[in-house]
Order: sequence, then C-alpha cells, then structure tokens
Amino acid sequence: MKEFDELLFNEEFRYTEEHEWVSVGGAELMVGISDYAQDQLGDIVFVEMPEVGATFARGEQFGTLESVKAVSELYLPVGGEVVAVNEALGDSPELINQDPYGAWIVKIRPSDTAELEQLLNAESYRSMLRG
Amino acid sequence: MRYLPHTDEEIRDMLAVIRRGSLDELFCSVPDSCRYEGDMPLPPAMDEWQLTEHMEKLAAAMAIDDKARVLIGAGSYHHHIPETIRAIMSRGELLTAYTPYQPEMAQGTLQGIYEYQTLTSRLLGMDVANASIYDGASAMAEALLMGLRVAKKKTRVAVSAAVHPHYRQVARSYLAPTGYELVELPVGEDGRTDPALLASLGDVAAVAIQSPNFFGVIEDLEGLAPLVHDAGALFIAVFSEPLAYGLLKSPGACGADIACGEGQSFGMPRSFGGAALGMFACRNEFVRNMPGRLVGQTKDLEGKRGFVLTLSTREQHIRREKATSNICSNQGICTLIASMYMASLGASGLAELARLNHSKAEYLKSGLHAAGAKVVFSAPTFNEFVVEFPGDFRPAYQRLLERKIVAGLELGRFYTEHAGRYLFCVTETTDRKTLDAIVAEVNS
Amino acid sequence: MSEVIIPGASGIIQNEPLLWEKGGKGRRGMCVPGSDVPAAELPAALCRGELDFPELSEVDVVRHYTRLSQWNFGVDSGMYPLGSCTMKYNPKINEKAAATPALAAAHPMLPDELVQGSLQVMYELQSYLAAITGLPAVTLQPAAGAHGELTGMLIFAAWHKSRNSRRTKILIPDTAHGTNPASAALCGYKPVPIRSGPEGILEVAAIEAAMDEETAGIMITNPNTLGLFETRIREIAAIVHAKGGLVYGDGANMNAIMGIIDARRCGVDVLHLNLHKTFSTPHGGGGPGAGPLCVSEELARFLPAPRAVRDGDLYRLDWGGSDSVGRVHAFHGNVSVLLRAYAYIRSMGAENLKKASQLAVLNAAYIKERLRGTLPLAYDRPCMHECVFSDAQLQEHKVTTLDVAKRLIDCGYHPPTIYFPLVVHGAIMIEPTETECKADIDQFIAVLEQIVREAAENPELLRQAPLRTKVRRLDETLAARQPCLCGS
Repeated sequence: MKEFDELLFNEEFRYTEEHEWVSVGGAELMVGISDYAQDQLGDIVFVEMPEVGATFARGEQFGTLESVKAVSELYLPVGGEVVAVNEALGDSPELINQDPYGAWIVKIRPSDTAELEQLLNAESYRSMLRG
Repeated sequence: MRYLPHTDEEIRDMLAVIRRGSLDELFCSVPDSCRYEGDMPLPPAMDEWQLTEHMEKLAAAMAIDDKARVLIGAGSYHHHIPETIRAIMSRGELLTAYTPYQPEMAQGTLQGIYEYQTLTSRLLGMDVANASIYDGASAMAEALLMGLRVAKKKTRVAVSAAVHPHYRQVARSYLAPTGYELVELPVGEDGRTDPALLASLGDVAAVAIQSPNFFGVIEDLEGLAPLVHDAGALFIAVFSEPLAYGLLKSPGACGADIACGEGQSFGMPRSFGGAALGMFACRNEFVRNMPGRLVGQTKDLEGKRGFVLTLSTREQHIRREKATSNICSNQGICTLIASMYMASLGASGLAELARLNHSKAEYLKSGLHAAGAKVVFSAPTFNEFVVEFPGDFRPAYQRLLERKIVAGLELGRFYTEHAGRYLFCVTETTDRKTLDAIVAEVNS
Repeated sequence: MSEVIIPGASGIIQNEPLLWEKGGKGRRGMCVPGSDVPAAELPAALCRGELDFPELSEVDVVRHYTRLSQWNFGVDSGMYPLGSCTMKYNPKINEKAAATPALAAAHPMLPDELVQGSLQVMYELQSYLAAITGLPAVTLQPAAGAHGELTGMLIFAAWHKSRNSRRTKILIPDTAHGTNPASAALCGYKPVPIRSGPEGILEVAAIEAAMDEETAGIMITNPNTLGLFETRIREIAAIVHAKGGLVYGDGANMNAIMGIIDARRCGVDVLHLNLHKTFSTPHGGGGPGAGPLCVSEELARFLPAPRAVRDGDLYRLDWGGSDSVGRVHAFHGNVSVLLRAYAYIRSMGAENLKKASQLAVLNAAYIKERLRGTLPLAYDRPCMHECVFSDAQLQEHKVTTLDVAKRLIDCGYHPPTIYFPLVVHGAIMIEPTETECKADIDQFIAVLEQIVREAAENPELLRQAPLRTKVRRLDETLAARQPCLCGS
C-alpha cells in the first residue's frame, strides 16, 4: 500500500468522505474513486454499474466495486441522472487502479449543482486522510 | 481411547506449562450456572469389534436390505457403483481435506471440482456449473431465490405440480418467511406440465419444471421455454435423475436459464437419502447471481496452470447478509465421485446406460400393460412410470415383498388424485427375471 | 543454519492433465451391463447429439485421481490447525459403519417397517445429540452448519408468527461467522451488529441497549470465534427472553465443551451442531457435512418433519403437525454423515467425549502459552479450543499473515485460519484439536518460532513461499477478472 506522500490527488475535483470524486463544471459531471480508495481496495476485478437513465439522490448507492476479497459500495457525491456509464470498465476494471482520476465510472446530470459546495476540495480531502 | 494420543505424563507436563492444576481448571472462565450437571446419558463406549457387530445388528434389522430389489426411484436411484470409486474416494488426501482455502496444497480438490463443473456444464448444456450445493431440493429452492434476485422487483415464482413433492415442500419452507409467493402449475392428462396458466400469471420471476418429472415423464422443455420467456420469467429446468441426460436433449439446448437437481445417481449409494449432491448450472450472464462456490482456472507466479476458489464476493464470508446464499460448504467429495463416474462411463457409456435404463423400464411398462394395468400418462417416460392396476394391487405387493421385491411407490401420500396408483422405477440393476416376476404376480 | 528435517514436508509431485486432455475415443472405465430386454427407442426429437465427454480406461481414471490426491493435504497427511474448522482425526471405522451394505442401500421412501435399522440410528442419534446439548428435540435434516442456521431462523420466524409478534431485526456479534447474518437475512431479518467488549466477549450492556421488541433474538457462537467462552451468556439470554426474543446458539465450536457446558442451562433455545467438526466426520474437501438442529421442548413442534420416533419396539417416522416449518432436505439429511457421527459417539461414550473436549482445550491453551512470546495474542484470556494471534509484530518486517501461512505449507503444515475473525488485525487462528499429540504440537510450535525468526532475518523466504508445492502462489486477481469456470 502507498505511503501518504505517494498518493495522487486531482486538484480540480471535489471529494466525498467515502472517497468518491466528482468533476466540476459543465452540464455532465464525471464520478470516480480516489487514488487512496483504489489503493485500499487493491486489484479491482469487477465494477457493478447502474443503468443509464437511473436517478439517484446525493449519497445514494449507485454501484459496487469488487476486489478479490472485498466488496465496496459506491455512493453518488451529488444527486442526479446517470447519463453514461464507462463501458470500458466492463472488460478492464483495472483501469481504475491504473488511472483513478481518468477512469470515471458514471457521468451524471446533477439535479442541483449547489450540492457540489458541500463536498471536500482536494486540500480538505487531503487533510481528512492525513487525520 | 485410541483417538486421544495424550499420555498422563504429557497431560501433566502441558498443564504445568500453562500453570493449571487439572484439566477441569482449564474451564475456569465458565460460570457454574452454565455447567453440565452429572455425566452425559450416553451408552458405554464400544471397541472397534463391538461397533462392527452392532452395525451388523442394525443391518439385520433392515427387512429390505442391499440384496432386495427395490423398484422405487422418486429422487433416489439404485445404480451400480464401480469399485474404483470406493477405492479412490477413501484416499485420506481427498477425503480428510477441507475447503481449499490454501490452493497451493489443495490442487487435487480444486482441479477435481473444476473438472466436475466442466462435465456438469457439458451434460446440462449450460455455460457454468457451481461446485455443488446440498441436494436436488435445496438446489431448486436456491434457483427460485436466484430467479427472484435476477428479476429484482417481482415477488412470485411458479413450480410445476409434477416437480418432486419434497422439492416443492423445501421450496415452500425456504420461501415461507420471505413474503414471496409460490404458484403451482397443473399437470395435464398426458403427464406433462400444462403451461396454459403461465400467460395469465403475470409478473413471475422464475418457472421451475422437472424433466423427467416426478412421474418419470419427459417434459417438452423445448416447447415450454418460449412460453416461460414470453412471461418474462427465468426458466429453471430441474431433474432428480441426471442419467436421463445421457440420452435426452440437454436443458440448455432446450432453452433453460438454470438447470439444477440431484446428482446421487452418479456413483453415490441411496443411503436413506444422503449424502446427496445438488447440481447447479446456469447461463454465463447470471453467474454473479449464482449461489455456492466456484472454482476457476488461473496461473501461478511462474505461469503454471492452477485452480482457485473464485468470484467469492458473492458469498457469505465477504458479503454477509447481502450474499447470494448462506451456503458455506459444497458437497466436496460427492462432486469428485460424480465426475469420476461421468468420466468412467464417458459419452458412449452414459448413453448406453441411459438407453438400458429406458429399455428395461419400457419392458416392465409394456408387461404390466399387457397384464391389464393402465399406463396412466401417455407422454414418453425415461426410467420411471405410473400405472393403475385393475384391482387392488396391495396383496400382490405383499407377496412380492415376501420375495424381497419392492414393487413401486404408492402415490396417495403425495397426490390424493393418484391414490392407489404406483410409480415404478427400473434401472440397470434389476434383471428381467424380477420384472417378469412382477408381471406374473399381476397376472395371477 | 541447517534446515530442520520435517516429516511429511516433501514428496513426489507427478504431473497430470485435465480429464478431457487424456484418454482416447472408444475407451471405457466402467462396465455397462449387457441388456436382457428388447431395446426401446425414444422419439428422436427428445434425444441429444453426442455428449462431449472424455473416454478413459479404468487405469486412466485411477491414476488421474491418485495423482490429484497427491497434490492435496488432509488430516491424514498431517496437522491441520485450521481455526473454527475442527480438523480432528477421522476414524476409519466410521467409514465402514457408513458403508454398512444394508444401510447404504436403504431407499429413503420405503415404509417404516422395512427400514428399522436406519430409523433406529436416526432415533438414537437424535437422543445422543439431545443428551450432549441439553436440548431435547432434534432434527437431522440440515445438511451443513449453515443449513442448520437457516432452519433455526425459520423456526424463529415461525415461533414469532405463532405469537403474532412481528420482528424485523436480529442481534449478531461482530465475532460471528458470515453465515449467521446471511442465514438470518434469508428469513427477512436485518442483522444488527453487536461489538464485543475489550476482553473479546460480549458485554451485557451492549445487549441491553440493542435488544427491543422489534428484534427476534440473538445468534451467539459460544465459545466464540476468538476461542473465548461468553461468560455472560445467561444474563444475555435473560435480557433477550425478557423482551420476547429467542437465543440461537451457533454450535460450531461444540468440540470445546462436550459434557462441560449445558446449552439449555445457558439459556439457549436453538442450537446447531456441525457433525463434521465435533463428531469427527471427514470434511471431504468441502463437504458433505451435517448440521442437525437441537431445540427446547417448547420449540419442538416447529422442527422440520419427519423425525424418527420410537413406539415400543418399533421405530417410525413422525410427520409432525401444522406448526412445523416444513422440510429443508429432500429426504433425511446427509445420512451417511450421520452414520459416521453415530459410530463416533458409540466408540467414544460420555467419558471420552468429555475428555476430547478437555484435551482440545489443553492443546490450544498450551500453544497459546508457548507462542505468546513469539506472536502477539489478540486477547489474553483463558482460551477454549483455539487461540488467536495478530500480525502486529510481523508488520514491522513487512511480512504478512499470508506470508507466514504460505511458509508453513513449505514446512509441511496446513496453515491456521487467517484473517478471521475480522475483529483481529491479520488474525492467525490456531485450533489444534485433541487428536494432535504433544510431540507434534511441540514440533509445530518450533516451526512457527522458526518462521517468525525468518520473518526478521530472511523475509523474502516467506514472501516467496510456498516453493515445494505443485504450484506456487496463484493469481486470484486474474481468476476473478477473467473467470474461467469451465474447461473448453
């Protein structure tokens, strides 16, 4: 597992306490998991994704990630409608391990962008992890 | 006692290391109020020879023993078991191992299960079979629950009334506290499930049909599949006599989504109904909803082929209350027995044995028919069939019993409408002389 | 450093392909009897095309499975201290008892008077298990421990229903087996996790706070999975009963307490036994097991039917009443496993069963004491049949519990249970059972001490292990990412 100073962060994104990230700006937002989260989970072997068109409230579970010996639930950072799922993860779930900030899991059309304000920015997420 | 290796001296030495004065002191954390009072009321210990004698006495109390001819199947079948199975499966390396949690020292079990999964998939025409579950009845119950999981919002399943009555009872027990509803599909005149009700049911998650069914009748799985799928349900093909698929078109080829049932026929004795073998297979797209263990092929550090338990995230030790099932074991050694049996027979052997079972059953069926019995169902049967005798069959049954022939199973206990009718099973273990004797008794 | 020579640590490893990679068309490994009746035909539309099965001779098959068996390790091969699994010796006479021809040939649907021997075994085994647990009514149908749990939860649901009480939750301690919450969930109960106290056992206050009138009861493993006796069990049971709940005892660890603890006196209402653990039946590479369920008199009417009963000199099946939760097995359970357990109990008698429990606890307590300076103990309390260590010290050398386990394999031992219970970091859970003698246990301790030394001096030896097995560490990620579950 990585030491703290080896962890990567995307300074543009917002984060949840459950280690999801969400991109900021534009009508569609990308959602994924942080480098810390993928490192904790280890080799990801399966991503269970929602159907396009499904809507979820903020904090609602929208999918799961599986490693060999653990299952981790995914919670939506801001409420909205799923407009795309990353099909590439079906065959290559390891993309999340390789490039956690590039490998988005779903794209959503947020119902209320004000919810973004309630999330952590990179700096506060970093200090949360530092504990 | 020969299983307890400690000498008195060793016990003393060990107690000294842990600073306890006696074996009783080991239990100092147990409050008096929880203690067992007095000695357990059990019979005195027997030595090996006394036990053998005792078992012989129990055997002697069996009015119907291994020498008798029992023409009952109904989910538990008498087939010859090759001596190789007894010899190999008593090997301690296989028999006294546990779940292959450490794959490097359990490759025998793991490769054996992988071979079982493969042969089972091929036999049933499915993409993937699991490492087995308890028995045919729990296999069907698990399949129904799996159908409800796949369907998500539906709350109803349908099961043919020609499915083994005990399997239906087990399904009802499993479903009782869940709020899900089990609807039965009636049996038509010819002994096959009448699908007419299907179209009107609406909202059914899964439909289970047994073939050959409890009456031995071969169902029209191929004709039923589109009707089940049109109703938006998963099609579960159930069986209690897998030998039939040495000859019959596989459930997968007929359009089933899940095929499950009992595997006892493949090398296991009847043994009063267990140990049994729940065979369970499905199409690839449903694998993550499957209950039970799975073994998969992989590579070791050096690129060598090897096998491991896999897709474990479905299971209770990881997903706990959200698991696909609470099952934590499989029927281990029974899976190896079944695949050793299938491999020993091979494709041609399995077909030949199935044909022999069918031919013998047909011989008795036509003999009884000629003697005046009515063959109740007109549809083709495999190695079991139902007849109705012109008069009271019980006296003939009794006379045959005195000759250690058990002439079928009376059906009144299972279906009131079939009271007085008998379900017969004929396998390769019954010779023509016995079949002729039954017919002669009916004639007399 | 000269290497210790460990009996059983090394051997011949023969290669062997998959079944369908050998053999030849036209071979056969088993007789099909000749036909003495005319051939009958089935309609062609019902018949299959040729089955894609291998064709092997008898010697092909025998060598195949013999070689496979040599890649395996069982209790017959050596010490198998797999915590929570009770890998005790499986007596050979039990195999013969289970294979008694008349009993092995018994059809499960024959009239009672024709199968008196089979019914007598069932009846007597029911009464022995009742005597051992203190709970008087027994069903033998459940085919495994988890199946017993499910049956127990069905009884919980039926009992509450009979009292018009609707309950939606169930209390499950954090040390429970994963089967507990899964079994409860099958019956619609939402598990409420209860944290163990600082001593590794349940505290009365935690139950008091959690138990309410929406809770069906508690599932409690005693001794628990840390190998500790739940000393407050009676008070806990009293709280649960007072709020109208039931107490389920997971009897997986019964091997520690036969003749010592009375489950009924502890306040347990329903308890399953694992015959393949406590009563010495072989584990078969994963099964079959048997998980009979024992219940109090009050709950007897809810048990699955049929059960064997005795009327004078005759044994018969009793088909139960309308309160029964119904069948859970197609027939009478894994009877061949029941027969082995029956033979074991008859061979042991009350005195030796109690002694077996005492020696199982002695062996575990001895290992705990001898290894406490080598590995950190998770909880320093008197243990029952197993003891649990943590990986705190191994972490310093960047060696994991898994590495230690794999190194043990090279030394000729089956590793203990690892990473369970979840409440202990990097848990190493050792259950020696009573059938290991002092000399073998001393040797195991010496080997574990050596491995912990190696962790500091030569950690790579552990990380590379095992080296002496058929295969080296296997890629479980590959297996899960690209599942290959069926040969082509």
